[in-house]
Amino acid sequence: MAIDAATVRKVARLARIAEPEERIEPLVQELNGILQWIEQLAEVDTDGVEPLTSVVHATLTLRDDVVTDGGDAARVLSNAPKSTDGFYVVPKVVE
Amino acid sequence: MTNAFTLKGRTGDWEIVLGLEVHAQVASNSKLFSGAAVGFGAGPNEQVSLVDAAMPGMLPVLNKYCVEQAVRTGLGLKAQINLKSRFDRKNYFYPDLPQGYQISQFEFPIVGEGEVIVDRIDGTSFTVRIERLHLEQDAGKSIHDLDPKATYVDLNRSGTALMEIVSKPDMRSPEDAAAYVKKLRAILITLGTCDGDMEKGNLRADVNVSVCRPGDYEKFRETGSFSHLGTRCEIKNVNSYRFIQQAINVEARRQIEILEDGGKVDQETRLYDPTKNETRSMRSKEEAHDYRYFPDPDLLPLVLDPAWVKEIEAGLPELPDAKKARLMADYGLSAYDASVLISDGEVAAFFEEAAKGRDAKLVANWTLNDLLGRLGKDGLEITASPISAADIGALVGLIEDGTISGKIARTVFEHMWDGEGAPAAIVEKHGLVQITDTGAIETAVDALIAANPDKAAAVKEKPQAIGWFVGQVMKETGGKANPAAVNEILKAKLGL
Repeated sequence: MAIDAATVRKVARLARIAEPEERIEPLVQELNGILQWIEQLAEVDTDGVEPLTSVVHATLTLRDDVVTDGGDAARVLSNAPKSTDGFYVVPKVVE
Repeated sequence: MTNAFTLKGRTGDWEIVLGLEVHAQVASNSKLFSGAAVGFGAGPNEQVSLVDAAMPGMLPVLNKYCVEQAVRTGLGLKAQINLKSRFDRKNYFYPDLPQGYQISQFEFPIVGEGEVIVDRIDGTSFTVRIERLHLEQDAGKSIHDLDPKATYVDLNRSGTALMEIVSKPDMRSPEDAAAYVKKLRAILITLGTCDGDMEKGNLRADVNVSVCRPGDYEKFRETGSFSHLGTRCEIKNVNSYRFIQQAINVEARRQIEILEDGGKVDQETRLYDPTKNETRSMRSKEEAHDYRYFPDPDLLPLVLDPAWVKEIEAGLPELPDAKKARLMADYGLSAYDASVLISDGEVAAFFEEAAKGRDAKLVANWTLNDLLGRLGKDGLEITASPISAADIGALVGLIEDGTISGKIARTVFEHMWDGEGAPAAIVEKHGLVQITDTGAIETAVDALIAANPDKAAAVKEKPQAIGWFVGQVMKETGGKANPAAVNEILKAKLGL
């Protein structure tokens, strides 16, 4: 799979990363290099091999259904660039 | 289906095909992946943990109770329980989704294929196949009307556990779609896995609508190929039975218009606006969905112990279908009455309490027609009924033993509604005991015939005119005469 400039622009946009136009072509080179590197893995025959989900023999931890958190709006909002009356305030998102 | 629901277009008949994605909020204390409280009415951002706010470095830990509820629901839908399932990230950008992705289940949901048997109002039923049920996080809430230039975000709902229940495209009319949601809701409430509160948005539906020509749907069911069906549009977040039906009707009409003008329906997400009764496109084209699902690296696959699933299965309550069959068998109720009773577990329980030792059909009539009708008028649930189940039973008892007629029972019912107490006491207090003394009725009948010789003669030619006499006798006796006795005496005296 080869990545072109349009794909780089699309991925940047989906990730909300602003990339100046002069960075697009270098990124095409870099990302294609990385992908080629990773594609070498496809040479290994993995037929019948279960995907590895953890390098240790761990199972998913489950917790009991009890309230142990929350109730501190001020803390939650402390990093927000803007907040009012307990709400986050963001630029208008209605179309 | 022989009588398929059709819409008439300029170029002929159209049929509709409907599939639903129902989002049911799990009735849990805390969120799917955090220990923050789930609930309605808290102040903004008061029920938010740093996990829900997606602070860097916070890790999700799965709520065992939510997993159990998904399994319970799956079992209630007679569905396959997948002992191994996986959580994936569904990526999209929106301010009320602080992670930038929703944790959901894409490739390997916890519950696979099942089915729901849906009852129609006419007493017939049909099957809706369930494709899957998966667990996922809800988003927060954006409020757009507090400020002309800004959107306010409350993350209280963010991270709340939802069960998304996806049906196959098995519904063919707006009524069937609403009936399916009704039945699904009854199952969820019976299981206790979701409170079913649609007003609060705890149960809401995304409706997939497409239109096709008669015969196309049958080809689709035969071959399984979607090429026989039209392009579908998804109407997001419809939260009442009425809106579901209205949205389907108006959306199907819109698609038919486009197709008949030679156009093409675009597959897209739309929003139903009840005030304008129209659907409109939700996201602009450049925002086209590109969710880039991938396995959530913060969560290992979910593996269920088969013994635990068995244990959950053993603890299932009597489900609506089993209850319906039992009500029909044990009480001799019609399919229709039984399906209305099971649509709300509380109503069924009320009925069974009232029907103890009574004429079950009479109790069903009084419960469904009189009591539910009256409750509906006042917007009350059966749990808030001013008349107890025992008193409905006692009222039917008075009708059964001939103390009062069905007509007087209506009067007694009104007094019961007004909180005057037990029916027997009301009958006594208001002197409503039915006159079964044939002497008194005979006297009234004799007087009536003597005063109306012409009518008495006419009734011999037209026996149905006896109704007038019955009415007059009932009027004479203040409605307290036993109607059966009145009929019998009238027939004898009039020579019918």
